[in-house]
Amino acid sequence: MEVSDSIVDHLRQVASLPDLSGTRYELEAEIGRGGMGIVYASRDRELDRRVALKVLDVPLIGEPQLIARLEHPAIVPIYEAGVLPDGRAFYAMKLVGGTRLDDYAKGEYSLAERLRVIRRVGEALAFAHSRDVIHRDLKPQNVMIGEFGEVYVMDWGVEAVAGTAGFRAPEATLGKLSDVYSLGALLKYLVPESSSPALSAIARKATNADGADRYSSVTTFLADIDRFEQGLAVEAWSEPIWHRLQRFASRNAILLWLLAAYTGVKFLLFFLRKP
Amino acid sequence: MNKIVVGLIFGIVLGAVDGATALFYPETRPLIAGIMVGSSFKGMLVGLLSGWFARKVQSTGWGIVVGSVLGLLFAFIVAVMDASQGKQHYLEIMLPGFIVGAIVGFLTQKMGTPAMAKS
Repeated sequence: MEVSDSIVDHLRQVASLPDLSGTRYELEAEIGRGGMGIVYASRDRELDRRVALKVLDVPLIGEPQLIARLEHPAIVPIYEAGVLPDGRAFYAMKLVGGTRLDDYAKGEYSLAERLRVIRRVGEALAFAHSRDVIHRDLKPQNVMIGEFGEVYVMDWGVEAVAGTAGFRAPEATLGKLSDVYSLGALLKYLVPESSSPALSAIARKATNADGADRYSSVTTFLADIDRFEQGLAVEAWSEPIWHRLQRFASRNAILLWLLAAYTGVKFLLFFLRKP
Repeated sequence: MNKIVVGLIFGIVLGAVDGATALFYPETRPLIAGIMVGSSFKGMLVGLLSGWFARKVQSTGWGIVVGSVLGLLFAFIVAVMDASQGKQHYLEIMLPGFIVGAIVGFLTQKMGTPAMAKS
């Protein structure tokens, strides 16, 4: 009985594999599974290179054309789209090596490095928004950090996707502001809340349940991140006076040390002078 | 604003402020106007050269080093001139001059626009 069950399981598995006969691709291994389909590492025999082959469970509507419109260093380029002999839609894209953001987040990375990743993701989103493309499902599993530190945002704009709990904006219809929410949630996920009250405020503003109270765009969100990194006041937080002084001191530490040294020297020379 | 202009402004102002501290010494109080003019002129030269350097090299560390060396050098010249009149104030002139030079060097690096690259 057990043997026949395992045979049935095996047959089921084989049957679910995409039929690549007559295509230029040869299957290597499954590398990811999402709500809309499965991603396989495959080999392009004609060009002798490895690619990521996404086989969709739903008909191909506009996703590949959508991504093909997005030529950006942080967006995985698409090579080809079509329909397999078994009727399932597929598209081939660059196979990105590296680490998924959920694994990457467990590593010992500095705050500056984590913010660099957020900025790259934000730049990709801002670029897509400028072309009226919405991601709809931004989450750590859809962000890859390449071998050379490059950041890729994947799984763009599938209409049928309803987002992922924890990263999905509460509104019923997803739009550009929903991506701002997801980016804020990604910031919360990647940067510990204790790291800075200003950053926590940025994340809180971006993930506000009311879209009207969020940043008006990804670009304004990134501008606040930039302000934080430059040691300036952020839009999301009206900081207390002691924090403002602390920020001023840390921004101008060298100048303050030099002025303190000058004052100290002058005092010393005055009190040590011979009458 | 041009970095040389930034250097000139800060050099003159900080030089004047440095010179004005001579007011605290009863023996130099009667000479305050001359000291302030001389100190401003010294600061102006340090600022000019620091600003020129900042246009060529964008490095806060090197800016501070060059500014402080220039400050020390010009303060030394002033101290030598002072010594020729029989007063030995090397430490009182050179130490603050050194730090003021460092401040001017730092400010010329942080403020003003660097030189445009030649095409």
